[in-house]
Amino acid sequence: MSAATIVSLPDQSTARIPRMNFMSKEKGLLSWLLTGDHKRIAMLYLVSITFFFFIGGALAGLIRLELLTPQSDLMATDTYNKVFSMHGIIMIFFFLVPSVPATIGNFLMPIMIGAKDLALPKINLLSWYLYMAAGILGLYAMATGGVDTGWTFTTPLSTHYLNTNVITTGLAIFIAGFSSIFTGLNFIVTIHKMRCPGMTWFRLPLFVWSNYAASILMVLGTPVLAITLVLVVLERTAGIGVFDPAKGGDPLLFQHLFWFYSHPAVYIMILPGMGVISETVSTFSRKRVFGYTAVAFSSVAIAVFGFFVWAHHMFIMGISNYSMLVFSLLTMLVAVPSAIKIFNWAFTLYKGSITFETPMLYSFGFMGLFTIGGLTGVFLASSGTDIHLTETYFIVAHFHFVMVGGMLMAFLAGVHFWWPKMTGRMYPEKISQLAALVTFIGFNFTFFPQFILGTLGMPRRYATYPPEFQVLNVFSTAGATILGVGYLLPILYLTWSLKYGEIAGDNPWQATGLEWQIQSPPLTENFPAIPIMDHEAYDYEWLEGQKEKVASVG
Amino acid sequence: MSHISPVLWQFLVKWLTNFSLYPPQASKIAPQMDALYFFMVLVSLIGLTVVILLVTAFSIMYRQKKHPIPVQIEGSTMLEATWTIIPLGLFLIMFVWGALIYFRVYTPPANAMNIYVVGKQWMWKAEHPGGQHEINSLHVPMGRAVQLTLISQDVFHSFSIPAFRVKREAIPGRYTTVWFEATTPGTYHLFCTQYCGTDHSHMIGDVVVLTPDDYKRWLAGSTSGASLAQNGERLFASLSCTACHNARPDARGPNLANVYGSKLILANGQSQLADEAFIRDAILNPSQHVTQGYAPIMPTYQGQVSEDGVIALVEYIKQLNSDYRIQQTTTTTTLLPEGEGKATPAGQKPAGQGMVNQ
Amino acid sequence: MSDSQVVVHGAAEGAHHEHLPYQRHHFETYAQQSDATNFAMWLFLLTEVMFFGGLFTAYLIYRNWYYPAFVQASHQLNIFWGTANTAVLISSSFTMAMAVWSAEVKKKSSLVLYLVITFILGLVFLGIKTIEYSEKIEKHHVPGFHYSLQSFVNPQSDPEVYKEYKDKPLPYDMARHTEIYFFLYFAMTGMHALHMIIGIAILGVMIFRARAGAYTTGHVTFVENFGLYWHFVDIIWIYLFPLLYLISRHQ
Repeated sequence: MSAATIVSLPDQSTARIPRMNFMSKEKGLLSWLLTGDHKRIAMLYLVSITFFFFIGGALAGLIRLELLTPQSDLMATDTYNKVFSMHGIIMIFFFLVPSVPATIGNFLMPIMIGAKDLALPKINLLSWYLYMAAGILGLYAMATGGVDTGWTFTTPLSTHYLNTNVITTGLAIFIAGFSSIFTGLNFIVTIHKMRCPGMTWFRLPLFVWSNYAASILMVLGTPVLAITLVLVVLERTAGIGVFDPAKGGDPLLFQHLFWFYSHPAVYIMILPGMGVISETVSTFSRKRVFGYTAVAFSSVAIAVFGFFVWAHHMFIMGISNYSMLVFSLLTMLVAVPSAIKIFNWAFTLYKGSITFETPMLYSFGFMGLFTIGGLTGVFLASSGTDIHLTETYFIVAHFHFVMVGGMLMAFLAGVHFWWPKMTGRMYPEKISQLAALVTFIGFNFTFFPQFILGTLGMPRRYATYPPEFQVLNVFSTAGATILGVGYLLPILYLTWSLKYGEIAGDNPWQATGLEWQIQSPPLTENFPAIPIMDHEAYDYEWLEGQKEKVASVG
Repeated sequence: MSHISPVLWQFLVKWLTNFSLYPPQASKIAPQMDALYFFMVLVSLIGLTVVILLVTAFSIMYRQKKHPIPVQIEGSTMLEATWTIIPLGLFLIMFVWGALIYFRVYTPPANAMNIYVVGKQWMWKAEHPGGQHEINSLHVPMGRAVQLTLISQDVFHSFSIPAFRVKREAIPGRYTTVWFEATTPGTYHLFCTQYCGTDHSHMIGDVVVLTPDDYKRWLAGSTSGASLAQNGERLFASLSCTACHNARPDARGPNLANVYGSKLILANGQSQLADEAFIRDAILNPSQHVTQGYAPIMPTYQGQVSEDGVIALVEYIKQLNSDYRIQQTTTTTTLLPEGEGKATPAGQKPAGQGMVNQ
Repeated sequence: MSDSQVVVHGAAEGAHHEHLPYQRHHFETYAQQSDATNFAMWLFLLTEVMFFGGLFTAYLIYRNWYYPAFVQASHQLNIFWGTANTAVLISSSFTMAMAVWSAEVKKKSSLVLYLVITFILGLVFLGIKTIEYSEKIEKHHVPGFHYSLQSFVNPQSDPEVYKEYKDKPLPYDMARHTEIYFFLYFAMTGMHALHMIIGIAILGVMIFRARAGAYTTGHVTFVENFGLYWHFVDIIWIYLFPLLYLISRHQ
């Protein structure tokens, strides 16, 4: 049976990758390392974050292997502590935070708004170099002894009680933070100042709105992390006492400063993914996103409210009851825009014309898994249940559902969706659909048992555990093996497609959006002439009109 | 079925009968918290089902073969309002319900018995007022409100009893409290749930709930001699607290009898409740806790007394409801001339700079 | 938003677009370029506010908790040098503004002069800061490095400061908290000084390029944006000065 599909490729016998494109324009290593082209920088990022993802993933594999048995038999507890710390640090700062913005956002956002590049191309390149410097420093810290503070660097543990590479890792994250700040800054300036004529705010694709909201968080939140890390480093080197109760300092101050960034950070991570889902769901339903304005505003609402909820990570740490009331209430409020988005995407399917190519499969996976992850967040936002569930595997499951089941799926959806635009070639559909399915199944097996483990009381960051928790842990590890396969497959077939994939042409998905009206891969300057935006976003009627125009010529 | 090896079968049976999706309910608050938990599970299931149903149904009804022409729909304010207000309403219910449970867990009743717990890398030390000390275990009576006063000696730890559904951070530098009333005798897990270094996963123990009789027996059998208050009294004298806090009319320090639980007027005019945290702070940061009418001359004991010592002192002061014991201890010491402020046991040379560690 | 006023260049029919030599290719007009870079600088300064914000937050909390310690520790700062530095920075902001004006009216010699004066004033600021820091080092008021409580538990041992303020001796447990004050002093002024050093370095480069005429051809954005940065660093100091130097100075 031939599966229904919207894919429309040019005649493969005559089709060719356009001779002049951003990859062929200049050759040589230096032309890549000194480029200002946002698309080349995006490709540089894509390769680097994939590299870090696999390191982080290998560390995850080690964690799950250790947790197969209740005893600490695979590695010493000190080593285990280093493994989970570095897994968290690499996955958050070197994979999730840059993932969609620095790769897909960098590549596509200027094209989506009709610009030739980001506003500050040199700063864009600097962002990548800062990211690489931070990554190399982080790997160096890993290789020369590692760090075992947990990604949360809790004081006074990190400042006075550990003798691992805390300072080096802190510096690495500091530098990575500036990479993130500059990317966000670049995005905000570009979206404000470089939209093409006719591109009003409400004609922007929702992907742009989401990245804009995430950029606000990057720009305003990350500096606070930077200064917090500086304080930790100073405390560690000079013993100044800012977080040391023996000297009158307050360890809880660190918690407030740290979570002031780290909560918005999770929205930095998820918002761009949500932007991807808006694009894929609309394309594969052939219609405008339901409630465009609601989705746009909810992105900004998440960004704004996201700044006001940080102390929900501190409910049991001795904050006052009144603080708890404020933060619990605000956290409930921040959950609502996400719910709005899920329903809007679901209703985009209503009366659409739906096909199930790989990006759509990943999007469905996102919608289900993010719903679970988001709802379990409400379990934690309610302070009563948080007492029982916090600091257990419930939290681990919650954030993996939103970050991996949500964000990583969205990232893969985006990579597949825009792969033909970035490379000019299609990925192989059947194996990619299989990989999506494998990932979905593996993910659920890995992380759903962890909700149960958390409710049973199994704490986080435990190298050994009481034997009655073993069965669920074995389940989880088995799932992780499947998940690993699901992540390995795309590397293989996407690389294969670079040489052997079908030629995609300008608009294989027959999508609206300025990026689909130019060649694949794009020219260095994106557009031969700056476009004039004269229609709404997701305007499929306009698209039909274009096709008729082309058909009527000649 | 009969081909499954007996070992595997036994394993399966054991596992199924022991397997539960939530820990045992062994405290009064546990069923209350579980009620909210299950409400949330229900709401989540319904929400998830709604989303999955919508997506599945729409995917089938409007798949390309069946519905080749899409209908462009802008949106629906009515629907937006619906799926904004209903989730918001449900979340607000969970907020209020959860807040009520939170208040309940962290507001101990007045008649709660108090046990001090000191967390340090990598063990829990429980100190009962009667002088019983436990490491990595906690014996409590059933049917009585038990308050835990927690503090850490080094880094953040978190004291967690899943069966009771309570958890509280043990923070260096200040007391935190939590309370529970155990309902079912038995032994339950005690975990440290805040990552604290190398042996974080070994900082576990047992909470043993005993019937009132068994508890009395345990108390009698595990005392090491002096109660916390008695230890505190010894410290109080050896640290020369009696030099100023000696209940005399011309004393340089306020009388501490019955001070616990009272509202003190401080030198800056503010009034403050003298609870455990206040007393601890007054010992370690006296210049910020000067009672009105007294000079700010109390030296700090930071670095001279451990958290265990402070606990003993706090417990002693809590028990102090008359001047009798203070006057007793004072008469067995002599005061040095004015200006020295250091008391010594009669006939002995003055101690060093008050360096007594317990 | 006024940013939709993008002018389309006549590039539609493949015509060669004319643009000023200092206009980057990805911008449609020079106006768009200067608008965008200006906005970027403001946004960057906003991130700097958030960066310093963490330190200001810590300051607020600890000053509230340990006010007596903060008062006496603040008395240890030399108000003469602090005021001098404030005057130096405010003057340098003035000369920087004059430099921006000179660039706008294309007066190269006056631009270079004002940049040089700003540069020198910046160095003067750093020089005064060095004097202050060395005083602190001498008196062992550097947290973490043989920090001494002598001046606070026994103010009379410090005759200069005692003459002016006649402070009462602080109890030991409150005196300990002066170390937190000095940590904040060094962190905040140190972070500020770091930003000054970066600014002065860029000024140095700018002086050379100004002499070569780079900023007097009509392309003033770099000078303007740097001026914003310089004023920002000045404003941070204007907050730091009263917060650190002027805690309860009245006798």
